[in-house]
Amino acid sequence: MIQNFNISSKLKEILESVMDPEIPVLNVVDLGVIRNVQVNGKEITIKLTPTYSGCPAMDVIGDDLERAFEKEGYSAHIQLIMSPPWTTDWITDRGRKALEDYGIAAPLDETADKDVLLNEKKLVKCTNCGSTNTKLVSQFGSTACKAMFQCEDCHEPFDYFKCLK
Amino acid sequence: MKQINNPTSTSISGSTSSPIRELNPQFLESKENKQHLIDYLLGVADNYLILGQRLGELCGHGPNLEPDIAITNISLDLLGQVRSYYQYIAQIKGDKTTEDDIAFLRTEREYKNVLLVEQPNTDFAYIIVRQYFFDVYNRLFLNALQQSGDETLRALAFKGIKEASYHERFSGDWLKRLGDGTEESKVKTQEAVNNLWIFTEELFHKTEADQSMIEVGVAIDMTQFKELYYEKIKEQLTIAAIEIPEVEYFQKGGKQGIHSEHMGFLLSEMQYMQRTYPDSRW
Repeated sequence: MIQNFNISSKLKEILESVMDPEIPVLNVVDLGVIRNVQVNGKEITIKLTPTYSGCPAMDVIGDDLERAFEKEGYSAHIQLIMSPPWTTDWITDRGRKALEDYGIAAPLDETADKDVLLNEKKLVKCTNCGSTNTKLVSQFGSTACKAMFQCEDCHEPFDYFKCLK
Repeated sequence: MKQINNPTSTSISGSTSSPIRELNPQFLESKENKQHLIDYLLGVADNYLILGQRLGELCGHGPNLEPDIAITNISLDLLGQVRSYYQYIAQIKGDKTTEDDIAFLRTEREYKNVLLVEQPNTDFAYIIVRQYFFDVYNRLFLNALQQSGDETLRALAFKGIKEASYHERFSGDWLKRLGDGTEESKVKTQEAVNNLWIFTEELFHKTEADQSMIEVGVAIDMTQFKELYYEKIKEQLTIAAIEIPEVEYFQKGGKQGIHSEHMGFLLSEMQYMQRTYPDSRW
């Protein structure tokens, strides 16, 4: 579901300049929330999939997109698409790398994620030292999409981006 | 606020094999159908709003940091879900009604939530037991709703169930921890279970709107998973070393708008801003 939009590199650049306000190293394309972009002259229609239902970042992302395009002389219209629902599989490889560099462990696959969150298996890699000797501290983190972990080797606390599928 | 696009895909398939009955397009031309659909949606959505508000009251007041964050995250999920339902209702109404009007400008009797979700945050045991009783229902409900003949509801159910399952995991874990914890946590959890049990059956009570929407295939008949519901919560209570109450009389009324004394206080706090500064916006 990682989309290739048939749009000019200029427009793609504008899209990629808009960051997730809560994870400012991850742009909306790498976050995987852009479903479709239609261009009609200066009118741009962007179809967006929300991540979590109540995620306050979604409204901000919508406004930021409108503003970013307006600055370049376009008029952007945002439509929210509920189906199919967003999954963390849509985060791009570049996005996963950006998360890790920022100190947030990227989502594991569904089975591994369950093992970590339910069966206390040690699979999440510490973003500081790389050890997998880590433990779940809290099922919910600073935002709905994350859980809190701590490394038992270097003792660094860090966020883990939960798998949503 | 952005409008939700009606999903065009009909490819969502639930886990059960019963065929989805697609809604007849002329369905909403009947005034009665339209009202029943709105009432049905309110019956679903108001549970999310009121429970979301109750949990929101705990922001900064959780017993310690992790549950505080978890509870407010759950609140956020529920309030996020309710917005989608209210936007859908506003779209069906087709007049100038907005999601905010539906959330903030109704009177007590116009809210159709069950009594369970409006019960106060008496202590942490009450919060967890109330949550667990609702979460199990909500997960089973959203699972079944994926078979609705209405494609917007199918999409909302498909999206919501992922969050609902995670909530159930949180409240179920805490239920075990509290029931099988210290002497004090056990006593308090048993008391919460005893006092909240009487509100569980209302979840399965069918209103006229429910019945009418079940007949046309929009609503799902929640009595189909009632047995499963009680099996699940009894199993979890047993693991938590909590006794299952024996109750013959169950409370109901919320779905008809007849609420408990707690509801007015909740609404006055929730509606304060909109009543004081009408039409104020973020």
